[in-house]
Amino acid sequence: MAAVTLDAVAKRFGDTAAIDGISLAVDDGEFVAVLGPSGCGKTTLLRLIAGFETVDRGTIRLGERVVSAPDVHVAPEDRRIGMVFQSYALWPHMTVAGNIGYPLRAQKMPSAEIAREVASALTAVGLEGLGERRPAELSGGQRQRVALARCLAMKARVVLLDEPLANLDVHSRARMLEEIAAFRSLSRATLIYVTHDQAEALAVADRVAVMEAGRVCQVAPPAVLYRTPANGIVGRFVGAGAVVHGEVTTTFANGHAVVALFGERWRVRSASGQGIGAAEICVRPEDLRVAGDAEGFVATVHRVLYQGGRTVMEVTPLVDPNASLSLSLPPSEAKPAGTTIRLALVDGWVIPNH
Amino acid sequence: MSTVRWVPSWDGERFALVALLCLVVLLAVVPMARLAEEALAPGGHVDLGVIGGVLKSPAVWRAAENTLTVALGGTVLALLLGGAFALLVTLTDLRGKKPLVFCFMLPLMIAPQVTALAWIDLFGPNSTLLGALGLAPPVGSQHPLYGPQGIILLLGLEQAPVVFLAVRAGLRALPRDLVEAGQAAGAKPWRIVRTIVLPLTMPSIAAGGMLAFVASIGNFGIPAFLGIPAGYTVLVTLIYQRLAGFGTSVLSEVAAISLLLALLALGGLALNAWLARRRDVRVTAWSSATPQWSLGRWRAIVAVSCWTLLLLVLVLPLVALLATALVPAIGVALTPENLSFANFRFVLFDYAATRRAFFNSATLSAAAALMLVAVSVPLGYSLVVRRAALLRAVSFTAELPYALPGVVLAIAMILCLLRPLPVLGFSLYSTVWIILVAYLSRFLLLALRPVTNALQQVDSSLDEAARMSGARFARRLTTVILPLVAPSAVAGGMLVFLTAFNELTVSALLWSSGAETVGVVLFSLEQSGDTVSAAAVAVIAVVITLAMMLVANALASRVARGVLPWQP
Repeated sequence: MAAVTLDAVAKRFGDTAAIDGISLAVDDGEFVAVLGPSGCGKTTLLRLIAGFETVDRGTIRLGERVVSAPDVHVAPEDRRIGMVFQSYALWPHMTVAGNIGYPLRAQKMPSAEIAREVASALTAVGLEGLGERRPAELSGGQRQRVALARCLAMKARVVLLDEPLANLDVHSRARMLEEIAAFRSLSRATLIYVTHDQAEALAVADRVAVMEAGRVCQVAPPAVLYRTPANGIVGRFVGAGAVVHGEVTTTFANGHAVVALFGERWRVRSASGQGIGAAEICVRPEDLRVAGDAEGFVATVHRVLYQGGRTVMEVTPLVDPNASLSLSLPPSEAKPAGTTIRLALVDGWVIPNH
Repeated sequence: MSTVRWVPSWDGERFALVALLCLVVLLAVVPMARLAEEALAPGGHVDLGVIGGVLKSPAVWRAAENTLTVALGGTVLALLLGGAFALLVTLTDLRGKKPLVFCFMLPLMIAPQVTALAWIDLFGPNSTLLGALGLAPPVGSQHPLYGPQGIILLLGLEQAPVVFLAVRAGLRALPRDLVEAGQAAGAKPWRIVRTIVLPLTMPSIAAGGMLAFVASIGNFGIPAFLGIPAGYTVLVTLIYQRLAGFGTSVLSEVAAISLLLALLALGGLALNAWLARRRDVRVTAWSSATPQWSLGRWRAIVAVSCWTLLLLVLVLPLVALLATALVPAIGVALTPENLSFANFRFVLFDYAATRRAFFNSATLSAAAALMLVAVSVPLGYSLVVRRAALLRAVSFTAELPYALPGVVLAIAMILCLLRPLPVLGFSLYSTVWIILVAYLSRFLLLALRPVTNALQQVDSSLDEAARMSGARFARRLTTVILPLVAPSAVAGGMLVFLTAFNELTVSALLWSSGAETVGVVLFSLEQSGDTVSAAAVAVIAVVITLAMMLVANALASRVARGVLPWQP
């Protein structure tokens, strides 16, 4: 009953199409991350689901119920959707317990019951005994837990998270991602998580929806998204690596193809039904290996980034100066900038051309 | 777009929106429209005869000329005083800024008629204070302040705080690096002020001057006390005298004069809006980003000069007022054996009109403050947080009744409320209720502005989180919005009370027997020559004003910045 279904949803602000015909089905209990650069419309999408904005076209359903359509709009206060705001939106004049119990008071639940629910929500997020504190006395991580506890207490079947880690320092982020995963298994709610940080999205979500310019480019589990991006935008935005121009010369029925790239022929993965001709090839750092003298292609190292256990090198093939590839090597095997290196492709992905 | 079926269809918010919209329209749009209609199309059809007759009248032209003379003179004085004080307070290490600013703002908070009375009592032939020192002008000579020079002096003193606030805001927004670049280039402080600070602050200075000018042309208390005895008439006193002399039969004519006055004020306001658009809108921190130049060995001298000036223009007149209130009759010397509180007893307990006036002003001001605070919270919420489009389009008109001269609003109110009300069948004219309606219209902005200021500093996600929690309009308003803006709303209510309690301009035209206000009895006591009783009323008004300001100060730390004008 807590599936969220968007069907051809569109929303314009003046002349710009913020959401340009999005269809997305999020299953009951599923965790979907919406990933995209700033300005891609992901926050608008979240606000449409929350009910803060009305749709121009299309429908949004919560379970079977239509909550948004051009002629229907259920107010946010009647959707019973939880939301974790980027600022956490804790009311500064209420205690932590007051914040968590607020949705229950709005439902006119008896106060003894509210106290019980608040106490169990506080325990669930590990904030026992802090109920009488004010939000201002809490750390950033604790504030986020209060925001999660508020969703937990109201027993929201759908919870929207709007860049919840954006205000945390790097060290707190990993811990809070765990908290969110714990929250998910505890609440069993449907989660829609908006972020511009692909590491967050790939780490926690069942599926990731990549957005660009008001459209959803691809919705897939993280590994699928990474291994088989549906288009160049997804290929470039998700994961390190590069999308380069080559030519498909042969295709096989088993999802493989031979491509001509950097003057050599390589066997890479491809979608079934891939045609012959010019194509974009997604080459991840792990798809490249250092080659022997007689094989592969020559590339110039133009940047070397030491990252502790690994060193990332950005290289440009001699035959294709416009392309840029990156590969990751143990620091001992890295070469300095300005030198050349021989490389071979061990894998790759032909981006389907629609 | 098709009409959206909201589910559920009704949660009180749209009802509240419609009610607020009606309220703003009734309080702001209708009176101003009615005034324009009466002046341009009396009786329902366009007839420019009335306004043409007014434009041909030499008396009107003379009053208009006098209005411009005193308003411009007062503005120049206000610019000099307010601008210099703002430079001193913001840019230097002047000692004791906080009490200085508080005292400098006082002339704005004290009623103009009280200030006028104090100066009359200070310098007149009957001056108790100067009399005690043997310095009073000879009996029978005209008061040195009667006429344009006195009006200009007092308008300048009253409006200097307005200029001060505008210039100080401009100086605080000055990008610090521009000044530091000047210092790095080797310029001395005075050169930096002349070549960098003043040119960059010019839009704020001009804006302060415009506001002072608009307030000056609408001022009633000062030209009424200092102009009428000298036969020096400005547009505001001309309207008052016509209406007081001929009653409602000259309504069309005074409506036309009011319209002229309103256009004069609107011209100033439009110029101000234009300047505001041209102003640099760089957002900088409120913290003292401007340099604090040391006054060095001048520090003590400048501080003493500031206090001396304040002593002369603020304290001395008030002492004169108090001295007059303490003698049994005008002309009696103030000696320990003559000193008595009989005047205070008389105006507070014995004399029915003043007793009634204190009661009326207190209840009218309190009622207006309470009602306006109650309205301003949902109104501010709808405007700032919910950004209700139609309401936002209409709400700018709420500025008009406050920004335009009070006389204009008073005439508009008479025009609206003279005839029996549509459904109820009775008229509010010559009852106390017309004053209350006028106060609600005039001071709505005073209550609303602190609330919108505070709400602009509130993250809108706090409201959205409450909506996601299932809280409807009324619950959100009472449990989330109200607690967040309450201190500012209360401060706004206090400003309304203070301003309404000290008000004369509106009630001078709207009062009726039994519905006098403090301003009205002060005026009529002075006009009938009972100066000592008038002084006693004025002293009480000053004490109440100061007390309210100090009470509001207790809230200061919890109030949105910029709400209390006298706060540094």
